[in-house]
Amino acid sequence: MREHWRLYIFLAVPLVYLLLFKYYPMLGIQIAFKKYSIAGGIWGSDWVGFDNFKRFFTSYQFSRILPNTLILSFYYLIASFPIPIILALCFNAVRVEAYKKFVQTITYLPHFISTVVMVGMLFQIFNARTGLYGVLYNSIVGEYPADLLGSPSAFRHLYVWSGVWQSAGWGTIIYVANLASVDVELHEAAQLDGASRFQRVLHIDLPAILPTVSIMLILAAGNIMNIGFEKVYLMQNDLNRSASEVISTYVYNVGLAAGGGDFSYATVIGLFNSVINFILVVVVNQISKTVSKSSLW
Amino acid sequence: MSRSTVKRKFIQDSANDKAFYIIIYGLLGVICLLMLYPLVYIISSSFSSAAAVSAGKVVMLPVDPTLDGYKAVFQNSDIWIGYRNTIFYTVFGTVINVAMTLIAAYPLSQRDLPGKGLVMFLFTFTMLFNGGMIPNFILIRDLKMINTVWAMLIPNAIIVYNMIITRTYIQNNIPEELSEAARIDGCNEFVYFFAMVVPLSKAVIAVITLYYAVAHWNAYFSAFLYLSDKELFPLQLFLRDILIANTIDPSQLVDPELMAAKQGMADLLKYALIVVSTVPIMCIYPFVQKYFIKGVMIGSIKG
Repeated sequence: MREHWRLYIFLAVPLVYLLLFKYYPMLGIQIAFKKYSIAGGIWGSDWVGFDNFKRFFTSYQFSRILPNTLILSFYYLIASFPIPIILALCFNAVRVEAYKKFVQTITYLPHFISTVVMVGMLFQIFNARTGLYGVLYNSIVGEYPADLLGSPSAFRHLYVWSGVWQSAGWGTIIYVANLASVDVELHEAAQLDGASRFQRVLHIDLPAILPTVSIMLILAAGNIMNIGFEKVYLMQNDLNRSASEVISTYVYNVGLAAGGGDFSYATVIGLFNSVINFILVVVVNQISKTVSKSSLW
Repeated sequence: MSRSTVKRKFIQDSANDKAFYIIIYGLLGVICLLMLYPLVYIISSSFSSAAAVSAGKVVMLPVDPTLDGYKAVFQNSDIWIGYRNTIFYTVFGTVINVAMTLIAAYPLSQRDLPGKGLVMFLFTFTMLFNGGMIPNFILIRDLKMINTVWAMLIPNAIIVYNMIITRTYIQNNIPEELSEAARIDGCNEFVYFFAMVVPLSKAVIAVITLYYAVAHWNAYFSAFLYLSDKELFPLQLFLRDILIANTIDPSQLVDPELMAAKQGMADLLKYALIVVSTVPIMCIYPFVQKYFIKGVMIGSIKG
């Protein structure tokens, strides 16, 4: 008999970590149904039922941050999802190995830029006076442009397209790996039958990566509501807040920012977000399971 | 490889295909320029003079090349503190990450471990659902980890995705017969783990080390939530203060000429700062590229 107990000793520390840092906070969610007080803490505060939820659902903020979150998420998903697929198909069609390597390396680079630096770069480049944007606009039109960084209508475009710039190249890797395993014979046979390279992309390469595409789509759909706190918060200012306040930044502003401190209310909002997210993953996974036979579980 | 090149000689590119290749190569060239240009612009600006930057003269190459921006960066004591702390968090954080990931992944890669399914479920479930910002904050506060280095090292000790990559790798690359043979030779699990599993998992250890290290280097969220003592700030948090919160505020100055000069200097400092903080991680990258890609591929096998 194998010494299983020794394997459990390996697992002990990770399990303690998991229960303490990942599962214990889930018990903390109960403060969504309580009126959190410092003295009472998580366990001793008074129950208030669904009061916090009612307050959230009827608040003016709810009707603002929910659409903001959804619009930003879907816009990002639609803009960022197809580009790596197209890019990977292009990479795969390049026959000069050196050029392929070069192009791939260049497109991977932005992935390594941190969120803080990325937003810093946006601020520098899109500065309406000293930035590249302001300078070029001025030299063409003859006057300085309006400030994009404080504009609610520009916020989403800046957020989404800078995200695309950063992630498009890196996102190709999984598809490129997939394409590398396509049987050369398939291409040769099609070529002998007179298929052009473009036809082979459509009828050989694309079908080969479709299962991966649907898995990636499930994962992306599961992240719809998880629109990153970090980047939105960094890009947010009082001028663009009407478009940039999303659920996660609102949780922070209500719960932890100076002048906040309403833990129960902030937890309600976070919980609302997590639950919707969870339901989305399950539903999309189920749809994918029936439609394309590929699923996460 | 050679066979396909031989065949290619027989099948000439049609005019159609030639056009296809020209479009693809051209398109990729344009994409490369789009990727590179912002980076070139930042680097060129960082080497230009403050006056050229504030007058918007930099478009492609540095104008009036100077190192003023870099001098300003390295005279800033916050940057040094930030660098010191970030290196500390990256090194120790990654060591903890890799150790924890390995000791979780190894038992879970063993097919005959009772209860494995449950433990895997416990791990995977945390990828889909979590307590959220506030309950996590309360936990860290109650553990007295606020304003300690532990808040930067412990709460994300295992990234489940990396654990799954590691487990899949061990499962596919270290045959279980090996562990049986070792046991017959009287080798226990601990010895086997250090003598066999760790050395044979070098490739995947390289991959997750890189993933974790890049994440630590670029992280600001935990520091932002849990740290208020400047002595503990990682580089990214100082960067946030300077690049985004704009602690250097030129509008405080009244004299327009001085203001322009200050603005130019502030911008120059920012450009240099962006370069200084990003170059280390980008320099490592070409050397480790193949491991990164391998990591994504190992992960994708799981599906």
